[in-house]
Amino acid sequence: MSKAGSAISLDGQGKPMWLLLELTYRCPLKCVWCNNPLDFEKYDKQELSTEEWKRVLHEGRELGALQLGFSGGEPLLRDDLEELVEEAERLGYYTNLITSGVGLTPERLQALKKAGLKQIQISLQSANRSLTNELCGARAHDLKVKVARLIKAEGFPMVLNVPICRQNIDQAEEILALAEDIGVDYLEFANIQYYNWALLNREELLPTREQIEHAEAAVAAARERLGKRMIIYFVVPDYYASRPKACMNGWGTIHLTIAPDGAALPCQEVRVIEGLEFPTVREHSLDWLWNDSPLFKKFRGDEWMQEPCRTCAEKEKDFGGCRCQAFLLTGDAANTDPACAKSPHHYVIEMAVNKARQKHHEPRPLVRRQRGAVTTAFME
Amino acid sequence: MSENMYFQPEHRPRLNPTYVFRWEKSQDTFVLLYPEGIVKLSASASEILKRCTGESTVADIVAELKDLFVDAADIERSIHRFLEVSHVKGWIGN
Repeated sequence: MSKAGSAISLDGQGKPMWLLLELTYRCPLKCVWCNNPLDFEKYDKQELSTEEWKRVLHEGRELGALQLGFSGGEPLLRDDLEELVEEAERLGYYTNLITSGVGLTPERLQALKKAGLKQIQISLQSANRSLTNELCGARAHDLKVKVARLIKAEGFPMVLNVPICRQNIDQAEEILALAEDIGVDYLEFANIQYYNWALLNREELLPTREQIEHAEAAVAAARERLGKRMIIYFVVPDYYASRPKACMNGWGTIHLTIAPDGAALPCQEVRVIEGLEFPTVREHSLDWLWNDSPLFKKFRGDEWMQEPCRTCAEKEKDFGGCRCQAFLLTGDAANTDPACAKSPHHYVIEMAVNKARQKHHEPRPLVRRQRGAVTTAFME
Repeated sequence: MSENMYFQPEHRPRLNPTYVFRWEKSQDTFVLLYPEGIVKLSASASEILKRCTGESTVADIVAELKDLFVDAADIERSIHRFLEVSHVKGWIGN
């Protein structure tokens, strides 16, 4: 999952500069592109305790982590969030809260400010009420806009993250206008990446090339007009690029995610890859998990690469793309990411893109993220 | 100075409050931290940003860095270039 600002490559000298804590998978929303696991409810009873998270924070800082994200699910569902922010600030992290906005009351905002929180990223699904509510499966639009304004009033720098799909991409101008009105510092048009719930709904969500070009033009015009007042990120979705994304800046190079149950992961989606073990901070030190665990060593560097990556001049640039996508779409996590035009499996991407273009597309209902929405028995 | 430069010698550049600038022991460098971003800074860039407090003028910064980096050729131009780039990136203002 690529974030605002992480597009440029960064040499962390082998340290996990980016630590992401998924405090819980629980969430009041049911977004149709949620990147949490399909069997997220399985982890409800396994969430780390406050003391365990504090230990993770401490060990992460020892390992050289600098940027810290509190994410989920909805991290505000943890009532120890303020306490963890305070601890993180004390340890010297730059603290980011990544939230749906639901549950961010003025009281909690002030408490988070007091705890030292540096930045808030809030998601918004569209520029209008009915579409936002439909996409996130809850009456959340008005609340989110209100909370976004509260965040600015409280003086936080703010990222507005808009997951982009076929249903909302034509609203680029309206979204830009709304973000400008709110006074957003960073607006991120986050083209959906197709894993977990998003992959289930891909046929309905993937925009067409024409839609993307239109949105890009709207963004370019807004950048021209707004200058530095609002930084706008728009990353072309990998389905429409001829080269894969430099996923996570390379496996196990700078990103470390801790899942709600304490599993240390090279990225949030990695549990989709079958045949890997996911040890947790309950049994191991963060140092061992990051430096020595078989999971982190699996695709670190380029020893694991097969053709066409192995001899490719661009392998230092994109690291062969995304291991999860390679696994999900080709069946082998060590294959070249099929988003790459050089991949012998690139046709699977082209087929999805062609389907998105079909005029007489018969819409199917979107599968909302919720308990029991899908059976995962086939994954066992 | 060139007229199309944002900073003139009498200006007092100041770090944008959204950014946190500090020493990071684990990387042995100064870093700039901002929403979801990290920039590792070179020694000379760090010396410049250290002085972007809104108190020192560009002329002060140039004078102090000339003392620090006595061997550096054309340091004045490098400083101006860095300030302009930092301004474009939104790290500093006037």
